[in-house]
Amino acid sequence: MDALLLSRWQFAITTTYHFLFVPITLGLSIFVALLETCYVTTKRPQWKAASKRLVRFFGTIFLINFALGVVTGIVQEFHFGMNWSEYSRFMGDIFGAPLALEALTAFFLESTFLGIWVFGWNKLSEKLHCACIWIVAIGSNLSAFWILVANSFMQHPAGFAIENGRAVMTDFLALVTNPYVAGEYSHALFAGISTGGFVVLAISAWKLLHDEASRYAFTQSLKGGAIFMAVGLLGVMGSGHMHTQYLATANPMKLSSMEALWETADPAPFAIAADINMDKSRNDTELAVPGVFSFMLYNKPSGEVRGINALQKEYQTKYGPGDYRPDVPALFWSFRIMVGAGGFMLLLALVTTLLAVKGRILSFPLLLKILPFLLPLPFLANSTGWFITEAGRQPWIVVGLQRTAEAVSPNLTACSVWLTLIGFTVLYLLLILAALYIVFRHIQTTTIPDEGRNA
Amino acid sequence: MMELQIIWFILITVLFTGFFFLEGFDYGVGTLLPFLSSRDEERTQVLRTIAPVWDGNEVWMITAGGALFAAFPHVYATMFSTFYLALFLMLVALILRGVAFELHGRHTSLCWRRFWDGAICFGSAIPAFLWGVAVIDLIQGLPINEKMIYTGGFLNLLTPYSIIGGITFLLVFTFHGAAFLTQRLTNRGLIQKAQLFAQRTGALAIIAFVFCLLMTLLKTDLFHSCLGGTALLAAGVFFLLGYRQMFSGHYQSSFILSSLAIVATTLAFFAGLFPRLMVSSINPDWSLTIYNAASTPYTLGIMTIAAAILVPIVLIYQGWTYWIFRQRISPKDCEETH
Repeated sequence: MDALLLSRWQFAITTTYHFLFVPITLGLSIFVALLETCYVTTKRPQWKAASKRLVRFFGTIFLINFALGVVTGIVQEFHFGMNWSEYSRFMGDIFGAPLALEALTAFFLESTFLGIWVFGWNKLSEKLHCACIWIVAIGSNLSAFWILVANSFMQHPAGFAIENGRAVMTDFLALVTNPYVAGEYSHALFAGISTGGFVVLAISAWKLLHDEASRYAFTQSLKGGAIFMAVGLLGVMGSGHMHTQYLATANPMKLSSMEALWETADPAPFAIAADINMDKSRNDTELAVPGVFSFMLYNKPSGEVRGINALQKEYQTKYGPGDYRPDVPALFWSFRIMVGAGGFMLLLALVTTLLAVKGRILSFPLLLKILPFLLPLPFLANSTGWFITEAGRQPWIVVGLQRTAEAVSPNLTACSVWLTLIGFTVLYLLLILAALYIVFRHIQTTTIPDEGRNA
Repeated sequence: MMELQIIWFILITVLFTGFFFLEGFDYGVGTLLPFLSSRDEERTQVLRTIAPVWDGNEVWMITAGGALFAAFPHVYATMFSTFYLALFLMLVALILRGVAFELHGRHTSLCWRRFWDGAICFGSAIPAFLWGVAVIDLIQGLPINEKMIYTGGFLNLLTPYSIIGGITFLLVFTFHGAAFLTQRLTNRGLIQKAQLFAQRTGALAIIAFVFCLLMTLLKTDLFHSCLGGTALLAAGVFFLLGYRQMFSGHYQSSFILSSLAIVATTLAFFAGLFPRLMVSSINPDWSLTIYNAASTPYTLGIMTIAAAILVPIVLIYQGWTYWIFRQRISPKDCEETH
């Protein structure tokens, strides 16, 4: 493998690692902030005592997750210069700005106020302390916004011109208000809320079964987690739907590849499963529902959707000879895994919410038992989602402007990249294991007795 | 009006100054951690002095990197690809250190604690050393061709001069960290231990600094810049005075002087570089300057407005953090854990 392919693998692996933690940070920060708001505002002694302990309990998990998110994030910022120096030269005028703004507006905010939050329990008033975790939550979500502004440009450039072979910014507002940002950001935010909600739900379910003394507190957190997750998933579905419709104009090649639609069709069918043949540019067999793909895009059972083959021809005229198709089978199946996992999670969240709100959740021990085992689902959906986004723009690093192969640092040797690739992968793995060990131990050993019952 | 490129050169200098001053003592405290005491509760006190602030301090480095990317993308591209393996090593160190701060106190087993103590020490000493190497490499010049691409290998980065630079940074930061600890603890025994280490590393730092100063005089054109030369000499004087104050037990002035020494050193190197950011040793015309490596005036303008608004706000709330945590760390403070 050459330095280019290895660099791509390295970026893919480190980003995937990073995005295991980021959604938890996005969602759990808000959840913990809500919990602490309950603690500050409630008048019921029983809930006051329990919610404070719950803030601490989930706060610890949040902190460990946050630390891993931060350290895997630093690598991302360095990567652009280390492995993708030609990309950085070509795009620096545009891409550097949101990155610097992310550091200035978000990183300082979240890291500084998190420090205050952790060590300031006895130094600040209750309200001020609660405000700190809200600031952390806002900072984390602001950080996601800026990085997705940067990413959106790579998917769908806006507000730029090409000067002396470099992309330069001509309109900062157009960069930030790129409609692609709205789709990506809302989708990522709601995915974070769903993931955070599921983490709370799974842990609470386990505690309910294994720790009778803490039953009151975790019944509450289970209810909160389930509602939070349901809200997140509804948002994920809505924003995903909206973004898919937008892809039809912004990035049709990605859209048709994700659906393995080779030939232009009106109305276009939706393939549930397909045996995709990249060499022959067709599906050897497929199981399709007529008209549904058009319906997804246009809210009516008709409407033309351009196929991969037509787009490939169009791009060859526009950009010169070359293969402009992404890895269709990988995209096709990733999309189905993502949507399947999302739909299943929504069902779980709704059922659990219903049972929890009615106070009947303890009568369904089987559900409580399986919930923790289903926790990989949101991570699967998050990772496949990013895979579609990033693999879907290949062979471009910036769609229409720069190819991935042109972006790699010219002075990199395969040997150095092998070293760093293995180094990061192994180090991250070991750290995740260490963190998981501590988190499991924390969950097992921390009890939240119902102090307020006699009060 | 001042040119935008110059404003950004100054801003980058400010960000690196903030980074070296703030992370300087974090790195120093981290490096000293396993040596100050063998007792776990004492080490916890040492860690507590920086626990609430280290992450915010590290953001100065991240921001400096992001600002380089935004304002001087060619410098960002050339620098980061040049230092590829060195940065890998630094990232490994920073990753371990970041996780160590979080996981360290979450298990009581001695073996667990000792491992993460070691990780914090390694994770602090390595970046301190590597930043010294990098700063010297930048001013000394590197084989950079007309396309702004580094043509050397990993070993070209490690010259005797740059290694001395790395050692100087490490020792100065260690002194700085020890001086910081004397301000932040109540435990007399630990303070005396910190003083002892400050005296030892301070003496070595002075020797290394003098070597570094001579090499800078011989190998670079830093002293062609009046400001650069003056600032570097001033840094030496500040450090000597700080060292003397440490000996006589005037801890606070010693810390202030070591801070000034770090600020002056950073200032000296950037003044010596100006208007370049990376020097080409092959052909001076191929150096990366604030003109040939900069973003467009439009981007620089947007970023100038953003920085003018945001940097003061950051300074205010980071200042507030230090105010909240202004009290010295007592053994009692460490009993409560999150």
